[in-house]
Amino acid sequence: MWRNAACTALLLIVCLSLAANWVAPAGYAKQYREAADAPPSRAHWLGTDEIGRDRFARVLYGTRISLLLAPAAALLSTLLAALIGGLAGYLGGTWARVAMAVTDLFLSLPWLFLLITVRALMPLNVSPLISVLVTFTMLGLLGWTSAARVLCASAGSLRNADFVRQARASGIRGARLFWIHVVPNLKPVLNAQFWISIPVFILSEANLGILGLGVAEPMPSWGSLLRELEGLVSVGEQPWKFVPLLLLVVVVTSFQFVLSSEEEAAA
Amino acid sequence: MKMKRVILLLAIYAGLLQGLAAAQGDLHFCLRTEPKTFNPLKVQDDASVAVRYLTGGVLLRMNRQTQALEPELARSSKVSKDGKQITFKLRSGISFSDGTPFSAEDVAYTVQQMMDPALHSPTGDAFRSGPGKVETRIVSPTDISITFPAPVAGLDRQFDQVAILSAHSPKKEMAVLGPFMVADYKPGATLLLKRNPNYFKTDAQGRKLPYLDSITLDIQPNRDVELLRFKRDELDLINSLDSEYYDKLAATSPDIAHDAGPSLDSEQMWFNQVATAPLPPYKRAWFRSVAFRRSISQTINRDDMARLVFRGHAHPAIGPFSPANKFWFNAKLKPISYAPDAALRSLQADGFGFENGVLKDKEGNPVVFSIITNSGNKYRERMATMIQDDLQKIGIHVNVVTLDFPALIERMTQTFDYEAILLGLTNVGLDPNEEMNVWLSSSDNHQWNPKQKTPESAWEAEIDRLMRAQASSADPKKRKEAFDRVQEIVVEQAPFIFLVNKNALSAVSSKVQGASPVILAPQTYWNIERLSKKY
Repeated sequence: MWRNAACTALLLIVCLSLAANWVAPAGYAKQYREAADAPPSRAHWLGTDEIGRDRFARVLYGTRISLLLAPAAALLSTLLAALIGGLAGYLGGTWARVAMAVTDLFLSLPWLFLLITVRALMPLNVSPLISVLVTFTMLGLLGWTSAARVLCASAGSLRNADFVRQARASGIRGARLFWIHVVPNLKPVLNAQFWISIPVFILSEANLGILGLGVAEPMPSWGSLLRELEGLVSVGEQPWKFVPLLLLVVVVTSFQFVLSSEEEAAA
Repeated sequence: MKMKRVILLLAIYAGLLQGLAAAQGDLHFCLRTEPKTFNPLKVQDDASVAVRYLTGGVLLRMNRQTQALEPELARSSKVSKDGKQITFKLRSGISFSDGTPFSAEDVAYTVQQMMDPALHSPTGDAFRSGPGKVETRIVSPTDISITFPAPVAGLDRQFDQVAILSAHSPKKEMAVLGPFMVADYKPGATLLLKRNPNYFKTDAQGRKLPYLDSITLDIQPNRDVELLRFKRDELDLINSLDSEYYDKLAATSPDIAHDAGPSLDSEQMWFNQVATAPLPPYKRAWFRSVAFRRSISQTINRDDMARLVFRGHAHPAIGPFSPANKFWFNAKLKPISYAPDAALRSLQADGFGFENGVLKDKEGNPVVFSIITNSGNKYRERMATMIQDDLQKIGIHVNVVTLDFPALIERMTQTFDYEAILLGLTNVGLDPNEEMNVWLSSSDNHQWNPKQKTPESAWEAEIDRLMRAQASSADPKKRKEAFDRVQEIVVEQAPFIFLVNKNALSAVSSKVQGASPVILAPQTYWNIERLSKKY
C-alpha cells in the first residue's frame, strides 16, 4: 500500500512539474518587483520571493530539474558502478584489489570540496542550463563508489556460482559470460542502487544550492528554494515558504518506499 | 536562636543585594570572532578593534555621532602647518588601571613602539608617510611633541586609533587607560571586561565613569544564535544586523531595533580592464569603454535593489563615499538615474546595435558577460539576479556565477580570469587616505586594473595626482577639494559601478540606557562609558 501511495505521489509531482509551462505560465525568472515577498494570492499561489518571482512557478520548475536530472545522474553512477564494481568482482584477484583501491580513493575524497573546485574551474560564461547539467553530471561521476563496492561483492559471489561454472565449462568466456550470465543476475542489486542514488543526488544538489553553489540563477532548484528558509523563517508566519521543503521530504520519502519494495523484490 | 536567625536572614538579604548590584552593571554582547591580540598596536581584526575601543585610552577620540575630534587624555592638540608635527598638552593626575601614573613618557613610548618596524603595527602604517625616523620630544610630563619625517594627512584624526601603552607598568598592555580592563579570558568562549577603577572621566554630576561594572563578550560566530539569544534576553545589543533580522525584530519590538541610516559600507560591481587578462579583445574593448560602463550603470535600478534586496534599509549609492561621511562626501554629486532608454541610445551612439532584443557590438558580437560574486551571500546573489534582469531590457545577457571566496579572490587578484565582479567594500575609516591602496593605479587593490607601472589612462593619472596631493597636504580645505575631484572623476568614468550603501542596523535591549546607535563602528556602544542597565 505504501509503495502505491509513494508511486502515486511521485507520479503526481512529476506530472505537475512537467506541466509547469501551463500551470505556471509566469515563468520562474520574471520579477514582479511591485509585489515582492508577497503572501499567496490568486495571481501567485505560493506568493513571491524577495525579488518578486512567482514561488509556485519556481517550485515547479525546480522540481522538474531535480526529478529529471537526479535519476539521470543516478543512472550514470549506477552504470559506472556496474562497470567498475561488477567487472572487478567478476574478474577477481588483482583486478578486484586495484578497482577497490581506486574506489576507496574516490570514497575518501571530500566530494563537496571537489564539486566546489570543479565549479571554480568551470568557464564563467555558461548558461544556467549547462551549469545544472554539469552539476548533476559531476554528482553522477562522483557518486558511483558505494554502489561499486556492493556490486563488486555481488559479482564476486556470482563468479563461482554453479550456473557460471557450468557456462564456463560449456566454453562461454570473457565478455559474453559477463554480459549474458553475470550482469542479468546483478539486476536486482543495480535496481536497488539506482533507486538509492536518486534521493541522495537530490539532497546533494539541495546541499550545494543551500551553499549557493548549485544551479545558476535565475534557474531554480530545490537547493536554491530552500535558501529562503535561512534567517529564522517562522512556520506560523509564512507556512508557504516551507512548500519546497515539504516537497523535498515527500519525494525523498517516496523514493525510500519505492526502494524498500525494490529491496524486498531483490531479496 | 532568634538572634542567629536574624543574622542568617540579614546575611541572605545582603547577599541578594550584592548579587543584584553586581548584576546591575553587566553588559552582555557577542564578538563574532576570537580577538587575535590584546596589544592595541597590533590590532587588525574586528574583535581586537572592539576590545581596543573598550579598554584603550586615546589622546583624541572621534565622536562617532558628530564625527568631530574630541580631546581625551590630551587636553589639547596642535598640528603644525607642514603637517609633520603634532603637539599635545596632556591631562595630569591620570593613572593606568594598575595604578601606574600616566605621563608624556607613555605617549613617547607608545609612538616609538608603534613606529618600530620590527612590531609591524597596522596602526603605525597610517603614520608611515615617508622614510626617516619619528622624533618625540618630551617638554614636560604633560607636554609632548611628535615629529614625523613627512607630512601625515589628517594627523590628529589618526590618533583616534592609538591606545596609549604604559612605559613602566609590569603588566605591559594589560595596564590600560580606557573605561574597562580585561579581567578574564576563556579562549573560544568569553572575554570578561571589568570597570577600570582609575578611569579619568566623570559625568556632569561628578559621578565616576563608566556606569557599567563589567562587560561580558561571548565569542559567537553564528548570527542566528546571536539573534535568538538576543530575543531570549540573554544579550543586550547586536551590531551590524542584517536587514532581514532587523525587520523581524522591528516587527515585534520596534523600540529595540535601530536604523541609523546609510553607513559607510558600499556594494559595487566593476569590469575587468586588465590589459593582460584572458579576455577576447572585443570584450576588453567594451569594458574599457566609458560609454559602456556608464550605460550599464544607468540600466541598473538601484532603488529597486535597495527596496527589495535590503528591504528598504539601504540607499542607492552615488559615488565612492557614502553621504554618511559628513566631511568627505562630495555633496555636488548627483544620484545616478535609472534610465535604460538613455543608456541604450548612448550605446547605439557608441556603435552598438540592438536587433531582435539582443545588443551587439560593431563586429556583431552579442553582448554577453558574466558577473561573479561570492557564494553564500544571498544579498549579493539577489543583486546580481536583479542586474541580470535589468540588463536584459537593453539586450544584454548576463550569466550570474557564484564562487567560493578563495576562488573568487584568485580570479580577481592572480589570474584576472573574470569579466565583472560584484562585491562590497567595508569602510571603517572616514579619511580618503585609508583608501589610497584602492585609488592609486599602481596599487594591488586598484581592482579594475591593478599594479599599473604607469597609469594606463589620463583619468587614472589624474586620480593618482589628486590622491597624492591630498595625502601630502595638511590643509583640510585643499584636501577636500582634491578628493571631491577624485569622486567626480570616479563617477564620470565609472570604473566602479556603485550600487547601494547599506544602512547601519543594530539592536539594543530596552534594559540598556543611554544608547543612541550611530552609523560608525562601534554602532551601539560608541559611548560605552555612559551606558547603564536597568532591571
